[in-house]
Amino acid sequence: MNAFQETTVVIPPSRRMLDLQAKPVAPALRTPASAQEPPKLQVEKLDAWYGKTHALHGVNLVVPPRSVMAAIGPSGCGKSTFLRCLNRMHELIPGARAEGTLLLDGQNLLGRDVDPVSLRRRVGMVFQRPNPFPTLSIRDNVAAGLKLNGIGGNHDEIVERTLRQSALWDEVKDRLAASALSLSGGQQQRLCIARALAVEPEVLLMDEPASALDPIATAKIEDLIHELKSRYTILIVTHNMQQAARVSDQTAFFYMGDLIEVGPTEKIFTNPSEKRTEDYVTGKFG
Amino acid sequence: MAIPVQARSGNVGDRTWAWVTAIFGGLLLVVAGLILLELGRVAAPAWSHIGIVKFLFSSDWDPVQEKFGALPFIYGTLVTSAVALAIALPVSVGLALFLSEMGPRSLRTPVAYAIEVLAAIPSVIYGLWGLFVMVPWLRSPVEPFLAKTLGFLPFFQGPPIGLGYLAAGVILALMILPTVASVTIEVLKTVPPALKEGALALGATRWESIRIAVLPYARPGIIGASLLGLGRALGETMAVTMVIGNSPEIHASLFAPGYTLPAVIANEFAEATGDVHVGALAALGLVLFGITLILNAIARILVEAVARGPRGARA
Repeated sequence: MNAFQETTVVIPPSRRMLDLQAKPVAPALRTPASAQEPPKLQVEKLDAWYGKTHALHGVNLVVPPRSVMAAIGPSGCGKSTFLRCLNRMHELIPGARAEGTLLLDGQNLLGRDVDPVSLRRRVGMVFQRPNPFPTLSIRDNVAAGLKLNGIGGNHDEIVERTLRQSALWDEVKDRLAASALSLSGGQQQRLCIARALAVEPEVLLMDEPASALDPIATAKIEDLIHELKSRYTILIVTHNMQQAARVSDQTAFFYMGDLIEVGPTEKIFTNPSEKRTEDYVTGKFG
Repeated sequence: MAIPVQARSGNVGDRTWAWVTAIFGGLLLVVAGLILLELGRVAAPAWSHIGIVKFLFSSDWDPVQEKFGALPFIYGTLVTSAVALAIALPVSVGLALFLSEMGPRSLRTPVAYAIEVLAAIPSVIYGLWGLFVMVPWLRSPVEPFLAKTLGFLPFFQGPPIGLGYLAAGVILALMILPTVASVTIEVLKTVPPALKEGALALGATRWESIRIAVLPYARPGIIGASLLGLGRALGETMAVTMVIGNSPEIHASLFAPGYTLPAVIANEFAEATGDVHVGALAALGLVLFGITLILNAIARILVEAVARGPRGARA
């Protein structure tokens, strides 16, 4: 159908200047096989359906480790579906199914032998609206994943470390026993990020993590993404194109279930190869 | 154009409506108050003849000799309701969880419909079924089996008669199940999907997500559902009278026959002779009223405590 779906181009992060902590990423590569560092995530011919609705059409892309990829596109374009396939959360929706190859460190996530419960420990997720467990304290929210997965060690230490990572520690260190609901929306979202980080996932999926937050809280989340990139591979879905431009190394543009174009964020926003991408990022539609 | 200072004429309708609703609301309080007053007035001869403390805490009930002690009935009411809730609550929560979280969607509507049908069966039918089907079944094999396996507990000792606290509790459990289950199903529907997804995304299994996200969120609602069921169990008369054995005694064993407050009122009121006997029955009514009130208050405190969550929540 369209040449861009077949070519996957990976170029090192274009935002090195801002990204002082980032470890060097593999240089430009055309095929993953030739890479010095193999891709963290490799998506090949991914199709997804909701009942009879064909929501994703043959998506191909590659995400290098310790980088941020943003998925943009108008509502209903398939970007959230794409994200949910990566930790098989799509299976929770009745009638939803996905076909194709989704390689995480070379292992096909969609394989029948892969247990989605164990997969989700390696691929964490942060949702559109903060969803802390309402009856648990701040500390227990962060430690929830540790308990669920039977991870031992000093939980208090892990709680402190992940709360520091998510830039929330200073605001909550004196009231760890308080309910998670006593926090503001932005704090709750950072708590949810801490909760996701506590189980040390390799990939972090963020589904419009700042869309319910005010600009200041949004800026904190974006700063956090920059920090986290040094350790995690992050995929973020966003409606906010400025946000995509600010936080990501690569951007993928989805439209009506097709991956129209994927490439370095700078290129997508300044010199896209596809007319539709250009129209979208310049605000002509969407 | 200035906004007119004079209220719009439509306000007459508003004011009338406000009065009409206030009258309806007030009427409810007035009726409840009158019932209480009347019960108190009828009960007065019994209070003065026996004394409140002796009435509440003695266990002799012999209308012929004008001995009236309410304890066997209070005990019977509380025990049968507790047995009913102990059986109905886990079953209801399990049923509701199965329907809303685990089971196939196609099963939801038929099962919900079946639950409604269960609620529509008249209590005398439950009583008949209990008397002819359930009581013989309890007599053998259920009660002998319980005596054999759990007989070291005082609740499961003595001869397996069939009629008794256990029979009343089981029949009450069946009768309150529809209420508790259907309210619990509605409560579980209010759990935000994002909460479940949050747990699943952390690597929780389905059961773990229910335990960590669904049940804690739904807990106040489930307590409320149990309370509704308990209210029905406390006041249920017909079916209980038919299977409890109607004997004003106190036994630790659930196999033994007993009596409840509503059952004794229904059985003896028509034949009661003398102000004291009638008064004693009215006083039992007041006691039932009081028990319901106290349990309601406890449940309300519980719901609020649970809804508040850990310390300092919702500051």
